[in-house]
This record gives sequence, C-alpha cells and structure tokens, in this order.
Amino acid sequence: MAEFILPKNSKVQEGKDFPYKGKSENKKVFNIYRWSPDDDDNPRIDTYTIDMDDCGPMVLDALIKIKDEVDSSLTFRRSCREGICGSCSMNVDGTNTLACLKSIEDVKGSVNIYPLPHMPVIKDLVPDLTDAYKQLTSIKPWLQTVNKPKEGSERHQSPEEREKLDGLWECVLCFSCSTSCPSYWWNGDKYLGPAALLQAYRWIADSRDEAKEERLKDLQDSFKLYRCHTIMNCTKTCPKGLNPAKAIGEIKKLQLET
Amino acid sequence: MARERPISPHLQVYKPQITSVLSIFHRITGVALTFGLILLIAWIFTLSLGEEYFEYFVMFIKSWFGLLILFGFTFALNYHLCNGIRHLFWDAGYGYEIETVHKSGLAVLVVSCILTILIWYLAL
Repeated sequence: MAEFILPKNSKVQEGKDFPYKGKSENKKVFNIYRWSPDDDDNPRIDTYTIDMDDCGPMVLDALIKIKDEVDSSLTFRRSCREGICGSCSMNVDGTNTLACLKSIEDVKGSVNIYPLPHMPVIKDLVPDLTDAYKQLTSIKPWLQTVNKPKEGSERHQSPEEREKLDGLWECVLCFSCSTSCPSYWWNGDKYLGPAALLQAYRWIADSRDEAKEERLKDLQDSFKLYRCHTIMNCTKTCPKGLNPAKAIGEIKKLQLET
Repeated sequence: MARERPISPHLQVYKPQITSVLSIFHRITGVALTFGLILLIAWIFTLSLGEEYFEYFVMFIKSWFGLLILFGFTFALNYHLCNGIRHLFWDAGYGYEIETVHKSGLAVLVVSCILTILIWYLAL
C-alpha cells in the first residue's frame, strides 16, 4: 500500500539560517535539505543567502560556493558540471533535474533544493541508489548474442538501424525520471521505473542484440512494466530531453506483437 | 552503526505537474463513475420497490444536492471518456511528445467541459 505521508524519522524540520553578511543588491536565498547519519536529528531545511554577483549561473555553482565558503559540511554528488555524468540529479524548485543544467535565474523567489524524491537518504542531497542500480542490472544492459559475427568482421549496423537508438543511448542514468514518477514512489520495489525501462528498450531496439524475445518475456510482468500508467512525469522532467514514457509505450506495443 | 535512513520528501515537495494532475484525475473520475453506477442501480431498484419509492428517488435527484451529484457524474463520465481516448492513442504509440501531451491534456479538459454543458443544456 502506498504511503503518502513521510514516516516519523523523515519529517522535515526547520534548520539553521546562514544570512549574507556583506552588502549586495543581488541576493538569492537557497533552502536546502540537510540530514546527517551522525546525529539523532530529523532532516531539516537550512537557509543560505548568497551574493549572486559572485556566483556562477547554475544551481550547482551555488552549491559548490556554499560548500566552499559557507558550510563545508553540505554534501552532494557532482562531477562533470556539464550534464554528462548524471551525478548531481536532485529536486530543484519542485521538479527533478541536474543541478549543473538548471539555471538559478529560472527559479523565481528562493531556490528549494531536496534530494531525489522518495529515496533513502545517505546524507543531505545524496540518495541511496543501490536498488535503482540493481533494477538496471536486472534488465541486462549489455549486448547479448547467440551467433558469432562473420570471421574477421564486426557486428554491423546500418545507419537506419543505428538511428533507432537515438533518444535512448543519451541517458546518463541520473534517475530524475524514475524518482519523479508517483507509480515508482508507491511501487519502487517491484516496478522497474522509467530509467531502467528506457535502458531495457535501448537493448530491445538494438539490431545487433539477439535476446529480444527473452528481454520482452522477462518484462511481461504486471509490476515490472505495467505499473507504468502513462503519467508522463518522467518525460516532463528528463534533464536530457529524452522520452522514457515513449520507450515504455514501445515495449508495451511489442508485448502485444510477440 | 548508522541510524535508519529517512525517506526524502516526495508528494510534499514535488510541484503538481499537468501530466500527473490529469492522470490522478483520471483515476478519481474512474472511482466516481463506480459510485455513479451504484446510483443508477439504486434508481432502477426503486422502480422494483414501487411507485412511492421511485417518487422519493426522483425527488432526491431533483433536489439541488441530487443535481450536483448528477452534474459531477456527467463531468466524470465525459472526462474519463475523453482521457480514455487519449490513453488509447498512447497505447497505439502516438502522442508522447511533451508538447503534444500538453495540448491533448488541455483538449481533454475543454472537450469534457463542453460535453458536460451540452448535455445539461439539452436536458434542462
């Protein structure tokens, strides 16, 4: 049964305030979710006021600035700072995105930052993605073949066949989509979620793969695949502009054909 | 040993999206239709009980409260029907682009409102 209310230990409390002490005409307030396993407190919202004349344009720039200059205990994942690695996915201003691709200017008023929704929190903005990765592994995201390629040759793919993978291979596995999906919130233990299903379709659609039937058979499950109710929050939130809902729709269509 | 991990906020912080709001509304209207069906059955049932009971039922349904329920029932029916057709298009593989999703969602809302008003205009 879906739990709509946060459990007792997850209720969010008011936190500390870090005002900006200097003079600035261009201030911005960041409300950031904090939780540490090292004390006994519930999660809290800390408030940081930043001088925007001395800060980069993206939400990730502000987070790095806060960690550098205001509060070194602030914890978050980041690496490439240009939307390639998928590390800094989080909930900014009420929707999931990559902090490095989200412009601070686009947020009106103060910027609210939470970890990816409905996930166990390791610390602050770092969610535990263990189960999400397990689900990804379960769809076997690699090329499966029975036949050997021709002697001295590679497995060929025509430009048209390769084109079918566009919009699928670009996924950076940030799990913004899965954690935006109410169905994944309520049934994340059994429903694979849009991120893993988009990857499943990426291999089903690959002309070189020879395990299409087994892949489809494995997904023929009322929970793994069919907990998708075409809510479309996934496609709406994908920071890379991909369409997981369409990929899931294609899998459902193929299920009818085989 | 670290403490049990909290669950990050979800419904509490996720901004209502046109996508998810229309989706939950589809389910709500679906449930409402089930209750509407019970109302229909009650109507037929009073027929079998005799004229007097039937009159009572008609009196109730013609009260402002009864009319409000009927109005909600017709809107739920129209919304569920229109959005159901939208779902059929998705199942057939069409209309997944987010711009199309916005447009078809708006169309569902407008058409179900027009249908509801039309039905009541013809009925009253």
